Amino acid sequence: MVKITEEPIDLEEVASALSSPELGAILTFIGTVRGIEDGERISYLEYEAYEEMAKEELLAICREIKARWPTVQRVAFVHRIGRVGVGEAAVVIGVSAPHREETFPALAYAVDRLKETVPIWKKQVGEKGARWKPAK
Amino acid sequence: MRVKVLLFAGLREAAGEAELELELPEGATVEGLLTALEKERPRLSRLLPLAKVAVNRRVARKGTEIHPGDEVALIPPVGGG
Repeated sequence: MVKITEEPIDLEEVASALSSPELGAILTFIGTVRGIEDGERISYLEYEAYEEMAKEELLAICREIKARWPTVQRVAFVHRIGRVGVGEAAVVIGVSAPHREETFPALAYAVDRLKETVPIWKKQVGEKGARWKPAK
Repeated sequence: MRVKVLLFAGLREAAGEAELELELPEGATVEGLLTALEKERPRLSRLLPLAKVAVNRRVARKGTEIHPGDEVALIPPVGGG
């Protein structure tokens, strides 16, 4: 499941996309908007995507994960765009497999890869103004 | 040939537009496109060296040739998640 949306992310929808009777381990990562960044009070983040390319990149990462951790059968990436408020989920990433072992490294890899190559940008808007923030 | 270039994030804001058109000679490469862009839009010159260029939604090398009808986009440093 790969989705880029302006709507709040529906966690139930992600969990249900990852579940199936033979899959006994579902792992999800929820990336939320911090209210404080390097001591600065943050109002909100504004995300922008090159949607078609971002979806293609995310699908490529799904394929990489399945090749590297063959027991992982499903991968989900849901990223929000537009304005996302403090405490809200900007991204939900999940993996599922029959057993848990491979899900942990697969999920960590998924989160790291998202930040490397997927054309999504975030503008941080806080008390010191607005600026585009590349991933660390 | 006329080539359409998509702009995002800081580059889009600096240009004041999400899409622009450039006139390039036939057989122009990604490097040639960047040189032409810097000349036509000096305001982007600070941000351009940091950007990657995607041709048909794949990051391209400097020597990649651009063809009429290609989808070209400038990709400033990404920040998803």
